[in-house]
Amino acid sequence: MKHSLSKTEQQTLLANVQQDAYPDERGRFGPFGGRYIPETLVPALNRLQEGVDRYLRDPEFLREFHDELNNWVGRATPLTFARTLSKQWGAEVWFKREDLAHTGAHKINNSIGQVLLAKKLGAKRVIAETGAGQHGVASAAACARLGMPCTVYMGSIDMERQAPNVGRMKLLGATVVPVTSGDQTLRAAVDEALRDWVSDPNGTYYCLGSAIGPHPYPYIVRELQSVIGREARVQILERTGKLPDLVVACVGGGSNAIGMFHPFVKDKEVQMLGLEAGGNGAGLGQNAASIAYGTPGVLQGCFSLLLQDENGQIQETHSVSAGLDYPGVGPEHALLASIDRVKYEAVNDDESLAALAECCAAEGILPAIESAHALAGAKRYALANPGKRILICLSGRGDKDMPTLQRTLLKDVL
Amino acid sequence: MPARDSVSTAIRNRRATGQPALIAYITAGFPKREGFIEQLNAVAAVADVVEIGVPFTDPMADGTTIQRSSRAALEQGVSLRWILQELSRAETKPQAPLLLMSYLNPLLAYGMDTLPEDAARAGIAGFIVPDLPYEESDELRNALDARGLALVQFVTPVTPTERMQMLCEGSGGFIYAVTMTGTTGKNVAVPEEVLEYFQRVKKISPVPVCAGFGIRSREQVQRLTPYIDGAIVGSALVEVLERGEDPAKFLRSLRD
Repeated sequence: MKHSLSKTEQQTLLANVQQDAYPDERGRFGPFGGRYIPETLVPALNRLQEGVDRYLRDPEFLREFHDELNNWVGRATPLTFARTLSKQWGAEVWFKREDLAHTGAHKINNSIGQVLLAKKLGAKRVIAETGAGQHGVASAAACARLGMPCTVYMGSIDMERQAPNVGRMKLLGATVVPVTSGDQTLRAAVDEALRDWVSDPNGTYYCLGSAIGPHPYPYIVRELQSVIGREARVQILERTGKLPDLVVACVGGGSNAIGMFHPFVKDKEVQMLGLEAGGNGAGLGQNAASIAYGTPGVLQGCFSLLLQDENGQIQETHSVSAGLDYPGVGPEHALLASIDRVKYEAVNDDESLAALAECCAAEGILPAIESAHALAGAKRYALANPGKRILICLSGRGDKDMPTLQRTLLKDVL
Repeated sequence: MPARDSVSTAIRNRRATGQPALIAYITAGFPKREGFIEQLNAVAAVADVVEIGVPFTDPMADGTTIQRSSRAALEQGVSLRWILQELSRAETKPQAPLLLMSYLNPLLAYGMDTLPEDAARAGIAGFIVPDLPYEESDELRNALDARGLALVQFVTPVTPTERMQMLCEGSGGFIYAVTMTGTTGKNVAVPEEVLEYFQRVKKISPVPVCAGFGIRSREQVQRLTPYIDGAIVGSALVEVLERGEDPAKFLRSLRD
């Protein structure tokens, strides 16, 4: 449970990270991670672990997975040179276009992989939680594709601010269950999905959407999302002959970020930057930046950094972006932060909305508000470090954010 | 006698009379912070062991009743620190051994270095931590053990027999045998295969076997009695307190 690290410990952990030693057999990423769940779920997680060991690196499973990625998701996603932003920021800016993946975000990489795994494990139904609705839509689509019944838990506040996605999930055949308990956002949806799973641990597969939760979920999500960074690394080498100086991604639970970062971890010359939701500022309850403002603790199955009070009660969060509005962060990010392999900063609501508008005008791309946090962070870095090659994970498209954008950026225009 | 043995002794003594022991759960400070100790004493006068629930914002193993009581207690500022202070200050000591039921994070926030001693001083005999599986429990179990406090383990209808053996042998006070897969508070019918499961636990366990989750009526308790040492009643009791009814009367109605 230790978290303050000496210099020597940091160096040991960094060496382990560079040898791809995590998670270890107990599901730990250094001090973080683990498996903190009710006894009822222990056999189900043991079975999931056996499935992971058997399938995730099995050539036949990978052939099926990549067939779906290439021919249904539409991979590889392009690498776009952001011409105008490069000029404006005095940098060389590249976008990895996860917004062009089927259903409009990187979430589909994980969903199609996990639903495929669920089928192999003989599950009868799939459940998922969702915040912005992107993981819910992706899971509903993957379940439709592979013929599995799907139930999605979504906080009632999120259902309101991401209304277009609720309709999409229903059209794709999923049952959407509004969650009115707790904070009525992503965290309450995870609690409710866990309660569903506890009721039927043998027949139900829980398709968790972020790099959080009990072991082996953070590992599964990283493995399935790493296709982002692997493709981007090959593409940028082909196009420029060099690796980027900086790789950038937004971080809520951290699934697009870990997928982007992991294939670059061993490239010592590549710096990495994760952007958390700074909301309205540094005060308790005003943001969702768990690395910037959090402390170590256990939530929803894993030991990581959390926004909590002195009694260990989890704090309500705020972000204009539903997908980043979560009081914890994946354990691998907590590790990468603690050893300084990745730098994490907070971007507030206004900065992210400004970056979204700038990207629309300059590049003809409407990014998700989540992804706009990465753009704002990249711009900050570019202005302070002229002439760098910057690779940004554009994790999703912003069409789903229109209700929020009508109330914010567009409120004086229309 | 170490505090943890007071729990198994209380359960065995009651069972020796032919009746099952009653383990009563209350959420600390619910429905009102004021009167917590009086309420605890009233419950402890009838129950053989009392579980004091430490409220948490994310009670993932609990159904709607305990979610509601936890939230209400938190809104009144109930914390683990407050609970231990109230217990330490109380003039009359409860007549039954006390357990703290808490998710892990409030315990971590309190601090593992001081928690066992402070809890022992407040008269706590042990802990139940629903999101701490056996494999992750060494640190807490050893710390509690050093102060003579119990750490209760769970078994469930989906626990494989080999694992059940390990959990029963590693449990302190009693083994918490969950009646069903699911969260707390739902009514359970107690079908034949559940009785078979309790027989299996009883055969394996060196500590008393107590059944919990969904226990609401005298009929359920009677049907389970041949197979168990005690019955745990939580959500149903919390609902009695929520309605402002007499907890002692309700508890007696389950047993007598």
